[in-house]
Amino acid sequence: MTPRSTRLVLGIAAPALALVAAFLITSLVLAFAGDPIGDVWAQILSLPSDRGYINIVNSATVYYLSAVAVAIGFRMNLFNIGVDGQYRVSAFAAAVVAGEGWLPGYLNTVLALLAAVLVGAMWAGIAGLLRVTRGVSEVISTIMLNAIATFLVAYLLRKVAVSDPGSNITSTKPVPEGSRVPGIHAFGETATIYGLLFLAVAVGIAYWFVINKTRFGFDLRATGQSETAAVASGINVKRMIVISMLLSGGVAGLVGMPLLFGNDYAYGSTFQSGLGFAGIAIALLGRNHPVGIALGALLFAFLDEQANPLEILLDVSPQIVKITQGVIVLTVVIAYEVVRRYGVRLEQRRVAGALHEEVAA
Amino acid sequence: MSTLTSPTAEPTESAAGHDVVVRLRDIGKTFPGVVANQDVNIDIRRGTVHAIVGENGAGKSTLMKILYGVQKPDSGTIEVNGEVISLSSPSDAIGAGIGMVFQHFMLADNLTVLENVVLGAEKLHGIGDGAREVIREISTAYGLDVDPDVLVEELGVGARQRVEILKVLYRGARIVILDEPTAVLVPQEVEELFGNLRELKAEGLAVIFISHKLDEVLSVADEVTVIRRGRTVDTLPAASVTSRQLAEMMVGSELPSPSTEESTVTERVVLEVRDLTLPAPQGRDLLSDIDLSIRAGEILGIAGVEGNGQSELVESIMGMRQPSSGVVTLDGRDISSLSTRERRDAGIGYIPEDRHRHGLLLDAPLWENRILGHQTREPNIAGPLIDRGGARRDTERIVAEFDVRTPGIDTTARALSGGNQQKLIVGREMAGDPVLLIASHPTRGVDVGAQSAIWGHIKRARRQGLAVLLISADLDELIGLSDTIRVLLRGRLGETFDPDTVTPQMLGSAMTGAAS
Repeated sequence: MTPRSTRLVLGIAAPALALVAAFLITSLVLAFAGDPIGDVWAQILSLPSDRGYINIVNSATVYYLSAVAVAIGFRMNLFNIGVDGQYRVSAFAAAVVAGEGWLPGYLNTVLALLAAVLVGAMWAGIAGLLRVTRGVSEVISTIMLNAIATFLVAYLLRKVAVSDPGSNITSTKPVPEGSRVPGIHAFGETATIYGLLFLAVAVGIAYWFVINKTRFGFDLRATGQSETAAVASGINVKRMIVISMLLSGGVAGLVGMPLLFGNDYAYGSTFQSGLGFAGIAIALLGRNHPVGIALGALLFAFLDEQANPLEILLDVSPQIVKITQGVIVLTVVIAYEVVRRYGVRLEQRRVAGALHEEVAA
Repeated sequence: MSTLTSPTAEPTESAAGHDVVVRLRDIGKTFPGVVANQDVNIDIRRGTVHAIVGENGAGKSTLMKILYGVQKPDSGTIEVNGEVISLSSPSDAIGAGIGMVFQHFMLADNLTVLENVVLGAEKLHGIGDGAREVIREISTAYGLDVDPDVLVEELGVGARQRVEILKVLYRGARIVILDEPTAVLVPQEVEELFGNLRELKAEGLAVIFISHKLDEVLSVADEVTVIRRGRTVDTLPAASVTSRQLAEMMVGSELPSPSTEESTVTERVVLEVRDLTLPAPQGRDLLSDIDLSIRAGEILGIAGVEGNGQSELVESIMGMRQPSSGVVTLDGRDISSLSTRERRDAGIGYIPEDRHRHGLLLDAPLWENRILGHQTREPNIAGPLIDRGGARRDTERIVAEFDVRTPGIDTTARALSGGNQQKLIVGREMAGDPVLLIASHPTRGVDVGAQSAIWGHIKRARRQGLAVLLISADLDELIGLSDTIRVLLRGRLGETFDPDTVTPQMLGSAMTGAAS
């Protein structure tokens, strides 16, 4: 096998191994709780309904953006745990801008998207600046910023909230009709696929291109692989840390946008939370690769969707898939390390073998 | 050479008497592409301080790692108290009564001495009054003067070292290895340490003392073993040898004839460093008032014992460290305020001393490593984009021209042997027409074949009119390649030597400050 195809096979072997292990461990939990293992898996692994497919694509879109935001940090060896806070601050800001409707139609949408990117970047940038000026670990500062984001948004939401008489939901002004992003119809269902799916695809392509094809991307990867070698090669590591936190936060800012412009049309107390943490798991599962992340996002969305009816059908809590998802993250980390070591040994043997032939020849 | 029965000879019954506590026989250890130890034979006796000396990279630390169970030898036997034992972990070594005090202390500052000592050895005497009592006993018996209840953060360096020694004794060690223990101490503390060591040997312990400060070795050791290129040269009683003789044995007498090539030194100064001072976070400056200049076609060799400012000098010239004062000029242009990348672009090729940490992305393929450090230059880039094709073609060229033995350029750098990794780096740094080549320990840890190839490349660079700054611990290499040699001692550039007339002994003395 050529080195490239070996790498490909090993790359696929690891997540496959991790998934099998995760399914086994989840089965153990089910057995321990006395739940019907076979029936649960039969439901989860059945074919989704047409409506189900649409839901899966929609929630995968949001997961994908979140995971790419995390992956940008990972490629730099930065652990941006703050995607959660970044997307909520950004979604709130974008909802306020869109709700005000300063510009007509889609110009308003574009303005709100820009605001989201900007606010997300700034929120993450705080952690980047703290890291390079004061040496504060971005893990700690982004966790703190998540907490601050929660309270800041709750506080500001009360200030700008419009109260709808007869409802106890607080939310921002709704996005004007003309600025909403229309969904894509599929399977003749009334539910639609988010129009901003294309935004997620574009972000994925841009991520792949910048990381793999540009000098900037090379510097970023080099810094992530070895900070000492990066310094010796002339990379300004501090600058790279700030820039990648800004980029990561900017993409994080987009996470809530498909929801805002395709579903909720306002930011309120019921806006979906926890997307940032799912992003960490999916980025790990997808190995920070744009296609791998897409598959990971689809898998997580699929598990979520398929677990929903468990409660009604089998009286099993759908939270069981959260266990599966959590275990996947653990097993995938182990599996990647096992496969990586195996790959290194394989390659050293191959190199030694090739040189041996040369000597013999 | 020795007045004793040489341990390399067949040990006789008398030499192998009951007082030999550690006997190493024919120890060999090979890493891919590097022979670290070969045919090492040492006897260490009860109640003595036994020093092991050798140049950097001579194989001292690998040998000690083998004795402490961190590395397994490929061949040979280790006998402790007459029994052949197999050590596969430090806990095996501790079980056999061998303890090691590392150069870098392993203490938790926010815990007390007692807590640090019992950490990991809770089962021996508990963690309370029993342990406190034992610590007091050991402290008194060996004159260590350690109070079990003070916080480690309140202790000075010397006291911390005594805590480390106490930790080892607490675990029952009868054979104590000290790795470069004086490197971190001031002279008074060194005297105190030597006092402690004499107490240890008076109590019948064996102390193994690793150092390259020869005068210190002679003042404390009973026996000295010299290691060169992974082999034991000889073991001598300290009383019968001078530091000059030891230096000679360390560097070897079979020096290659100094470079017979004609001088290519020109009048044009390429690199000039003036009044460069690099302060340390605390204590004396890492570099003080460095003045040096290198002309086109000249190789300036810097000799010095490791840790005297060599890495700092290189990193200051590369812009990786910020000196407090001084001017660096390259080809007449002041580059003092330029970034590392701008300096590289101005024409500096850089072979770093630690290729794994500074020279390579180990898990990236060779062609990506070709780009590293040259991200702003043809043929690696096309505008803001990476030129994959260009980089790959040029990597193929380097692999062919510099004889990098690899199955292909998609192989990761990690899979190559040290020598081939280094040849790739040399090829990369010679690309793009540099005017200055900085080569830091260019042949450290590479096999003999790669070594001579790299020497050839450095000589070729000199012929092409580059200025070369060569840092090396290998005196043969320095004398054989350099046009001028200067000695770096405690952050200051000292004497200038002519490689045609200098002997390794003269350099060795100047390096240790012994000759003055």
